[in-house]
Amino acid sequence: MSTSTDNRSQVEAQSREVLGPKVVEFIEQCHADPEPAGKLIAVLHEVQAEFGYLAPDHLDAVAQLLRVPAAKVAGVASFYHFFRLTPRGRHMINLCLGTACYVKGADQIAHRLQDELGITFGETTPDGMFTLEGTRCLGTCGLAPVMMVDADVHAQVTPDQVPGILEQYLREDKPDRQ
Amino acid sequence: MANKHKVSLTIDGNPMTVPEGTTIMEAADQLGIHIPRLCYHPELSLAGSCRVCIVDVKGMGYFMTSCSVAVWEGMEVQTNSPEIRQARRDIVELLLDNHPRDCQTCERDGNCELQNLAFSMGVRTRFFEGERKQFPVDKSSHSVVRNPEKCILCGRCVRVCAEIQGVCNLSQHGRGFDTVVGPAHLAKMDDSVCIQCGQCINVCPTAAFLERESTDPVWRALADPELHVVVQTAPSIRAAIGEGFGMAPGTPATAQMITALRRLGFDAVFDTNFGADLTIVEEAHEFLTRLKDGPLPMITSCSPGWVSFMEKFYPELIPHASTCRSPMSMLSALSKTYYAEKMGLDPSKIFMVAVMPCVAKKYEANRPEHADEQGRPFTDAVLTTRELIWMIKCYGISLPSLPPGEFDAPLGISSGAGDIFGSTGGVMEATLRAAGKLITGKPGYRLEFTEVRAVEGLRELYVALGPQNVHVGVANGLQNAKVLLDKVVANPDELHVIEVMACPGGCIGGGGQPYPPSGKILDPEVLRKRAEALYTIDKSKKLRESYDNPAIGELYDNYLDEPGSKKAHKLLHTHYSARLPRGIR
Repeated sequence: MSTSTDNRSQVEAQSREVLGPKVVEFIEQCHADPEPAGKLIAVLHEVQAEFGYLAPDHLDAVAQLLRVPAAKVAGVASFYHFFRLTPRGRHMINLCLGTACYVKGADQIAHRLQDELGITFGETTPDGMFTLEGTRCLGTCGLAPVMMVDADVHAQVTPDQVPGILEQYLREDKPDRQ
Repeated sequence: MANKHKVSLTIDGNPMTVPEGTTIMEAADQLGIHIPRLCYHPELSLAGSCRVCIVDVKGMGYFMTSCSVAVWEGMEVQTNSPEIRQARRDIVELLLDNHPRDCQTCERDGNCELQNLAFSMGVRTRFFEGERKQFPVDKSSHSVVRNPEKCILCGRCVRVCAEIQGVCNLSQHGRGFDTVVGPAHLAKMDDSVCIQCGQCINVCPTAAFLERESTDPVWRALADPELHVVVQTAPSIRAAIGEGFGMAPGTPATAQMITALRRLGFDAVFDTNFGADLTIVEEAHEFLTRLKDGPLPMITSCSPGWVSFMEKFYPELIPHASTCRSPMSMLSALSKTYYAEKMGLDPSKIFMVAVMPCVAKKYEANRPEHADEQGRPFTDAVLTTRELIWMIKCYGISLPSLPPGEFDAPLGISSGAGDIFGSTGGVMEATLRAAGKLITGKPGYRLEFTEVRAVEGLRELYVALGPQNVHVGVANGLQNAKVLLDKVVANPDELHVIEVMACPGGCIGGGGQPYPPSGKILDPEVLRKRAEALYTIDKSKKLRESYDNPAIGELYDNYLDEPGSKKAHKLLHTHYSARLPRGIR
């Protein structure tokens, strides 16, 4: 039954537009499953792969197209550490907070990073350049304290090295920077 | 063979035999041993998250949650020992340590489950100091205030919203210390799929959910000599208000309630039942028109929680909803027009207060459709039953000992059909009473239709009214209503009339009703007793059919002309529209 008071087709069309054809196709395949709602996490992975993070609009659109209440979708997305609810910066900083690195002073690196960037863990700088994340053991305890920026490993970091390391990435993006 | 499905065990040394699958808590209840509990609720699914109900099961080596563990053969349960009491007290202390220390100024002071639990466990000192959760209070909704700082994450609101109401607006977000209950993206309640029913308030053990208070403007109006302050009370108030004063559930308290309202200073005391009678007359007329021109089925629209649900979850059914305003809004509209003219009062000097069992009525009163041409709302303030009880107590009035009073004419005169509006099936029964008379031409054709009282939540049946076989559906609790609504979506021509009340048991179980004792919230027994009170009042009345209400006849003769007239449409009817966000059903 379809009458003029029904807004379902508009809501769904808008949701498809938000998610784009690739994710929409994935969700449509999920409906072949006897329990499409059980594919929620798989769908969220797909959305994050496509957009880098999960915005409220993405989650609402997933709710509409997978037909799972938005509160549930948002609850799941906010529970798992892997899902990002804010946009990622251009460079990803992963500071190891594992035992060995911690003993070797990772907490001081953490403080310096937060001071320099003006953000805390899980946040992205307002200019969109860096996202700071804490991580557990990177498996290179001999290099402690260790941090990764994108795919680069920075070993035996001291707090005073932090500004220089950050500057290096800023300069890469803007070569004319003094 | 019989023993195959029975299990023998001992609880605190008392031997007993119970059916297989019984939980330790249920078995202990049978022995009269009340194991403390918090997240557990008999009408909701199991969570097992609060750990308050732990017991010692011999040989297990760790304490088990009695709400979620089924008994087994030979089980030896200890519900009380110094170790268990200490462990339970530790759990409650830890809950308290992450909870504001403002009991004395908290609205739930005196009827807070956490407070009662802490007292009964013997928590007399607070040992731990540390970080406490900090979240903003959300007052965006006209109906429901969400205060996550008071939340202890028991999840009862999440479950009632999903399982009983089928709305699923609430969920736990984040994890660990940062976990918080709220709508998707922790959006404002006003921007969520919340339908304002307030069942989250009813099941909350603390004050994490409360109604948005309206007592201040009412006190101010009562003290203002310029204003003519009118009050109307919904049918279900009289069936529950006594509970706030220690009267047994199901004790009708209409007459004392009226006296209490006069003592508070209201200038006129009207009965929403009059609006209910009027709703029946207008709805019957609408139904006869729909029988000719469609669309059928016609779905009742008195319940504002249901109206919101329809607009967000089933907007395609909007053409099926009766265009009649709710009894509250009809009566408010007439107070500021018909009554004002009759009494020679300036409508802008009338302050209309409605006492409702419902928090969604606060939202309804604020909808722009229910306002005059200048945009002034017909209803100025909506109080819940709980708020009225508090006002009466605050004033120092002892309700049970009051002499009886009577509603004022003309908007206080009503038939028994209006009283039963408060219970599930009541609107349907009142409609059938009127329809029976209209179809057969026989006054008092049939007064009682006990078969439509959907105490179990959902009913669908045929009712013979003379030559006409009417296919009716009745539902309370929106998860139940979905069954009927999905049927209408799939096959719109099947049913004739559907009554939907958002709350369990109907308005008597509304989100603004008195808090029953712990564990008795949503209790079918309490709801049944409140319903019985309404049916008793109906039975005791001489006037039982809406059409026979002389004040209604007078209203049409002198003011509205006839049911469905242009004037009636302007004052008594409304419209609905699809709203976002769209809910997932």
